[in-house]
Amino acid sequence: MGARVSRYSARNRELLALVPVALLLTIGFAAVFGQNDDRLSNLSLSYGLYFLAICLATHIYIRIRLPDADPYLFPLMALLTAFGFVMIYRLDAEFGNELARDQANWFVLGLILFAVVVHFLRDYSVLERYRYTIAAIGIGLLLAPRLPLIGAQVNGAYLGVKIGPFGFQPAELAKICIVIFLASYLREHRELLVINARRFLGLTLPPLKHLGPLLVVWGAAMFMLIFIRDLGSSLMFFAAFLSLLYVATGRLSFVVIGMAMFMVGAYFIYNLVPHVTDRVDIWLDPYQDPGGAGYQILQSMFAQADGGLFGKGFAESMVAIPGTDGAPLLPAAHTDLIYTLIVSELGLFGGAAVIAIYLLIAARGFKVALMANDGFSKLLATGLTAVFAFQAFVIIGGVTRVIPLTGVTLPLVSYGGSSILANFILLALLLLVSNKARREAREGDQMATTGGWQ
Amino acid sequence: MNAQIIKLFAFITVCFAVLVGFTSYWAVIDADNLKNERVNKRPLFEAQQIKRGTIYTADGAVIARSKAQGTGASRQFVRRYPTAGLFGHPIGYSFISQGNSEFEAFHNSELIGDDSEFTSIIDEIKGEKQVGHDVITNLDSTAQRTAFDLLAGRPGAVVAIEPSTGAIKAMVSQPPYDPNTIPDSLTELNKDPAAPLLNRPTQGQYPPGSTFKLVTAAAALDSGKIDADTTIDSPASIDIQGNPLANADATDYGDINVETALTHSVNTFFAQLGEDIGTDTLYEYMDRFGFNSKPEIDLPDGQLSVSGVFDGNKLLSPDEGVDVGRIAIGQERLLATPLQMAEVGATIANGGKLMKPQIWKEVKDVDGRSIKTMDPDQQSDVISEDSAAQLTEAMKAVVNEGTGTAAALSGIDVAGKTGTAEVPGRESCDGLPNQAWFVGFAPADDPQIAVAATVECTDGQGGTVAAPIAAGVMQTLIGE
Repeated sequence: MGARVSRYSARNRELLALVPVALLLTIGFAAVFGQNDDRLSNLSLSYGLYFLAICLATHIYIRIRLPDADPYLFPLMALLTAFGFVMIYRLDAEFGNELARDQANWFVLGLILFAVVVHFLRDYSVLERYRYTIAAIGIGLLLAPRLPLIGAQVNGAYLGVKIGPFGFQPAELAKICIVIFLASYLREHRELLVINARRFLGLTLPPLKHLGPLLVVWGAAMFMLIFIRDLGSSLMFFAAFLSLLYVATGRLSFVVIGMAMFMVGAYFIYNLVPHVTDRVDIWLDPYQDPGGAGYQILQSMFAQADGGLFGKGFAESMVAIPGTDGAPLLPAAHTDLIYTLIVSELGLFGGAAVIAIYLLIAARGFKVALMANDGFSKLLATGLTAVFAFQAFVIIGGVTRVIPLTGVTLPLVSYGGSSILANFILLALLLLVSNKARREAREGDQMATTGGWQ
Repeated sequence: MNAQIIKLFAFITVCFAVLVGFTSYWAVIDADNLKNERVNKRPLFEAQQIKRGTIYTADGAVIARSKAQGTGASRQFVRRYPTAGLFGHPIGYSFISQGNSEFEAFHNSELIGDDSEFTSIIDEIKGEKQVGHDVITNLDSTAQRTAFDLLAGRPGAVVAIEPSTGAIKAMVSQPPYDPNTIPDSLTELNKDPAAPLLNRPTQGQYPPGSTFKLVTAAAALDSGKIDADTTIDSPASIDIQGNPLANADATDYGDINVETALTHSVNTFFAQLGEDIGTDTLYEYMDRFGFNSKPEIDLPDGQLSVSGVFDGNKLLSPDEGVDVGRIAIGQERLLATPLQMAEVGATIANGGKLMKPQIWKEVKDVDGRSIKTMDPDQQSDVISEDSAAQLTEAMKAVVNEGTGTAAALSGIDVAGKTGTAEVPGRESCDGLPNQAWFVGFAPADDPQIAVAATVECTDGQGGTVAAPIAAGVMQTLIGE
């Protein structure tokens, strides 16, 4: 009896939590449509309904297949996607594009992929068995942009793959592969790393024998920095790695050593790779080339300055240079700089709201990790949550000049298929871990209340 | 591992707090600095997106209006001036790349509708677009047109002021320029030796010649140095500061009073009178008339010139060795703007009280509600009503029987004073040495309009060249 209540109350909370998503979409679409009805087809209004219908379908699927999963993760991620969707729709209205339609299609594909993963991975512990294969796939994906024929260079960084008309950012998927590998590897080796540690000069060092694989990860991060020339992705991967290392071993000293190594490596690469040098110099002083290399970050700052506390109002910020045929005033407003656009139009409060949603997702993700009963589940949930949160940090930090601006997407908000697909796979894995953990907890409760445990 | 997970979450919370902190810095704390950043074109584009208010003449003609180009967020407004060069001065222009000038610059905040901070925050929350206010000027389109046509392309200036209010009814500068062409030709116009962008009424500094005798006479009468009947022996030539100074017509006038001296513009009378009243007193009256400081008109400071005695660009004070006898007849190194001389005429017309000159008349919001209207504002109490009345009588004689007969209007008494300053060696003038002036007002008994007209580079006299222009403008404005 009690079991039925708790199982379905979680799903009912999930349904209730989808209400803000519906409200955001309705209000956002109505506002854009009201302002630009002359430039938008009536069909475009239906994208909003389409989006909501898919959310409901997913909810029903979760009800059936993952009845015990965390009730807030999916609505929070849907909320972010809806946020991005409304901003992209608003840009479509100005530029006469159909990016919102594409994004809605990617959203459908993402959720189909979500369902596929949930369907075939009910027992996600099989991932552990294939960890080296998965690691190899991850590394392969990261290197793909440097391969001849399919590699694509964007702004000096190698982040994309292009096969025919289809572009893809492999780093998005790679992050999941790498996290699965690290979670599995560290689950097995964490004890050895701790037990055989020795103290040297006041620092606790991991045993050399087990340090090898960790050095490999550090080497991989440095390699990425040189090879794909992207400080942002590199930082995101390495931060997720250090997070997992810390959670697995409980040794802060490992993190300190790791960070020191990253910084030393990054410093050398900064001096060696001209592209990275430029990125960092522009970060330190964007005014040295306001019309060229510094244009994007300066425009990001200027657009945010226009936002103030409450923003200029939805669809009121200048994205194109007035009087031109859409020459960008705020470049990459639908991808890298979408957070800037949000701050410009919805103000500091709008930006803080987006960050708050990421924080809530992180909170729910770590809650899943806390509730999980085995090491792999804990580390997997931690790693996925951390890499998701750090990705948001890297790009928001980039457009707000906390760190150099690099081209990673704002998870689920930015326009782009790879990001949507990868993040819904990430959601599937988190919900699988959550479903298992909460089912075990519920069954434990049940036993305790019915006295059937012993 | 749970303790570490919670610490990791705490660390991520701190990271996100840093993001909120940086966002606050750019969006709120440092926002004003960023908006003022030279490379930040957003405020400029934004100004372009505000529908700037329309500028009207007092009789309802459109001087400047904004026309929309494009739609949506890339919509912008471009300024159009339907009367082309007619109001190029003093209205100026407003374009995004070239900036604002003259009246458009001075009244920019009203024209873009910048109200109090409070209302604009409310508008911001409501998402309402800022709309500019309309500004109605005191300028009269017929008078402006008359002055414009009567100058007929000769370099010069006309200023018409309503004496009792200070309202500027006409302000013309020639050669003209068409503000609509500014985006394409600002650079060329700036280089043009004829200086079409110079607003001569407020920026042109010319030797005022005999029109300045009005100031000398006002100082002498009002300070009690002479009265209407006091006579001074005025020979054909006298020595002033060791140098001979002669009457223009080489006539020995003998013992004459101020009215006769003004009527025939007798240099030897006023030069002696100037030495008699002294530099300090003359300067005091000049100050009261508005000399030695920028005019208090609603145009940008950078587009106003000071009238006074100059050594190069340096304004000279009374103790810097100035020759008061020659200042008294408008020579020495004395320079005056046409606006300044119009203010002299308007002051005498208004019983000795100088009203602050103002071009704007009323500001209305987009729905036609009046936001504010010009209040006539007295700038200074220059001379007594009696002195003003005595001067008016003398100025009537100038027009009726003296050098200014060309300013006479049928059925209307005109009071005035001519001036012809010789400016030898002025390069831009092709050997035409004279600066012709007329300063006056009408009707003499109940003045409705005071006018200063001046023409550069002429071989004619103030009475023949400038007086007819002033007469035409006065007639237009009284006729209405």
